Amino acid sequence: MVQSNKIENNLTMMKKLLIFSVVMFVFGYAMVPFYEKFCEVAGINNLLQPDKLVKKMEIDTDRWVTVELDANTRGLPWDFKPLQRSIKFHPGEPVEVMYEITNHSDREITGQAIPSYSPRFLDKHLRKFECFCFTRQVLKPKETKVMPVQFVIEPSLPEYLHTLTISYTFFELPVGAKAVSEK
Amino acid sequence: MAAIHGDVHGHGHDDHHPTGIMRWITTTNHKDIGSMYLWFSLAMFFTGGFLALGIRAELFQPGIQILEPELFNSFTTLHGLIMVFGAIMPAFVGFANWQVPLMIGAPDMAFARMNNWSFWLLPVAASLLVSSFFVPGGAAAGGWTFYPPLSTQGGLGVDMMIFAVHILGASSIMGAINIITTILNMRAPGMKLMDMPLFVWTWLITAYLLVLVMPVLAGTVTMLLTDRHFGTSFFNAAGGGDPVLFQHIFWFFGHPEVYIMILPAFGIVSEIIPTFARKPLFGYSSMVYATASIAILSCVVWAHHMFTAGMPTVGQLFFMYSTMLIAVPTGVKVFNWTATMWRGSMTFETPMLFAIGFIFLFVIGGFSGVICAIVPIDIQVQDTYYVIAHFHYVLVSGALFSLFAGAYYWLPKWTGHMYDETLGKWHFWLSMIFFNLTFFVQHFLGLAGMPRRIPDYALQFADFNMISSIGAFGFGMSQLLFVYIVIKCVRSKEAAPEKPWDGATTLEWTHLPTPAPYHSFEKPPVFKPVSH
Repeated sequence: MVQSNKIENNLTMMKKLLIFSVVMFVFGYAMVPFYEKFCEVAGINNLLQPDKLVKKMEIDTDRWVTVELDANTRGLPWDFKPLQRSIKFHPGEPVEVMYEITNHSDREITGQAIPSYSPRFLDKHLRKFECFCFTRQVLKPKETKVMPVQFVIEPSLPEYLHTLTISYTFFELPVGAKAVSEK
Repeated sequence: MAAIHGDVHGHGHDDHHPTGIMRWITTTNHKDIGSMYLWFSLAMFFTGGFLALGIRAELFQPGIQILEPELFNSFTTLHGLIMVFGAIMPAFVGFANWQVPLMIGAPDMAFARMNNWSFWLLPVAASLLVSSFFVPGGAAAGGWTFYPPLSTQGGLGVDMMIFAVHILGASSIMGAINIITTILNMRAPGMKLMDMPLFVWTWLITAYLLVLVMPVLAGTVTMLLTDRHFGTSFFNAAGGGDPVLFQHIFWFFGHPEVYIMILPAFGIVSEIIPTFARKPLFGYSSMVYATASIAILSCVVWAHHMFTAGMPTVGQLFFMYSTMLIAVPTGVKVFNWTATMWRGSMTFETPMLFAIGFIFLFVIGGFSGVICAIVPIDIQVQDTYYVIAHFHYVLVSGALFSLFAGAYYWLPKWTGHMYDETLGKWHFWLSMIFFNLTFFVQHFLGLAGMPRRIPDYALQFADFNMISSIGAFGFGMSQLLFVYIVIKCVRSKEAAPEKPWDGATTLEWTHLPTPAPYHSFEKPPVFKPVSH
């Protein structure tokens, strides 16, 4: 009698622990949206969301910054380049630059651009209102597109910085994959 | 070695059991399974050790002599994986299988059939890991932490590693469920939780950590797998995933994992020190609470592995302070062990030597851990040999030394024969000297800036690397002595004394004959609590 009671107790315990393990497995997956949400709220890693337009930003006319534009593709037959090498302007002044992509292949390709900044902390002082990286880009065979990036460098940029780099890399999205910007 | 015959495992046979190999395949006896775990982990220890010696041989001199860089990377990766998942963890599970039922007065583990299954998954996983060296593209080479993008890119070897980790995870979870149920439901009548030997306590907490984090690891490798083959983009930047996310999830598992490998070590040492000091453990309840606090804290410090991955200062500070806080309960433990020895009538047999060696060297590893926890220093020493030195001080002279201590301590109970004390002492002193020769100099290498996971290095690191390699070969060879001692002990004809350690107070020494019979505590013992 005691024995069968014991076995029952053990099985109940095993069930609880198994359920707990499954919950922890799901928790691992739950960390993915939690991480994304956390980054969004904390403003970390916020590369692919438009920033809010600030109407009145003070323009620091006392100094100039030069932003060098860089463009790369990774593993897809596209030609991707900025229409100007660099742009010089005052912090706080909204600017627009243009990029051009051409699909050289005979198939329709979907790509997603991922930005990268130098220095690394530039995202703290950069506000982007419009960017081709906010959505996926679909290019028909031999199609060419010209796309804008609108941004402003905030006057909070440290004084010692004069030259900055904004770089984009296009990656091919597998068919059916969701772009980050659409998640 | 060729002289080993079938009768090696000849402790207390049973009449109605299959014999030969089928006995081991079908056994549900906790002692058989414990022995298999221990032999398996010993074999894996030498496999991982072979890889380590390959690494050290390559690093003996600057330049590429023995291993091509790709193969070198596979060696470091598989050395880590095999030692963590194949040697240290199964060895502790082996101790749990043998000792938990004996120490709480239970007849066997709660789920004997599942116990068999959790063991027999291990050789499958191990052969996947080892055979991945021979597939096109070679074994995984992205480090034992298998960070993407390397792990989302590698070849078949990476898939085999992922599958192996899945299997090992399943085995660990089943083992942990078994241990928790055994401890909570099957204690001898009258044994309250706070009467349990500390080894049982540490394993209870460890088993909870296992069911807490092993499923998360399983989830992580599943995400890697679907990223590699099924078009998801959890970690793939091209598809909008984030490799840093992997590091967060991995270390959410990975940091508790390091305590999974050290808490049972604390337990073993907490059994041995009182025995050989012939005094009850000082501060029993504070030991229990310290173990629990370490386990809880271990779940909120993971990002100290990622200080250079890009993190807000607030985050760095949080993880820095929470990490340093772990030094407090750990300090309580070291204090208690020292206080247990204080004015004890100590003798220094091999288990005690390894236990004291453990305390001494583990504290060095603990201190270098506190140093690594300091953000500005960590940014300097991240991915250098300083970190290698740190975690080998806690894993080799920590976990491994405690395993040796425990093996010598319980060998007479398991086999019924005494090990060779002189050789045991030789084993200790050789291990002690060569261990420090290998790893102490790596602190200097790391501070001087030598990065980890490289097959070649700048000339100024040559001398210390040579010393370290000599130490590593010496340490590796000394472990052959351990195998010899164990086999000699198992095959010995002389019976061990009923109670070789007069300070021992736990049930397996006071209530069971030596060697422990194949079936023990079929009737629960009468347990009288000792005041701690």
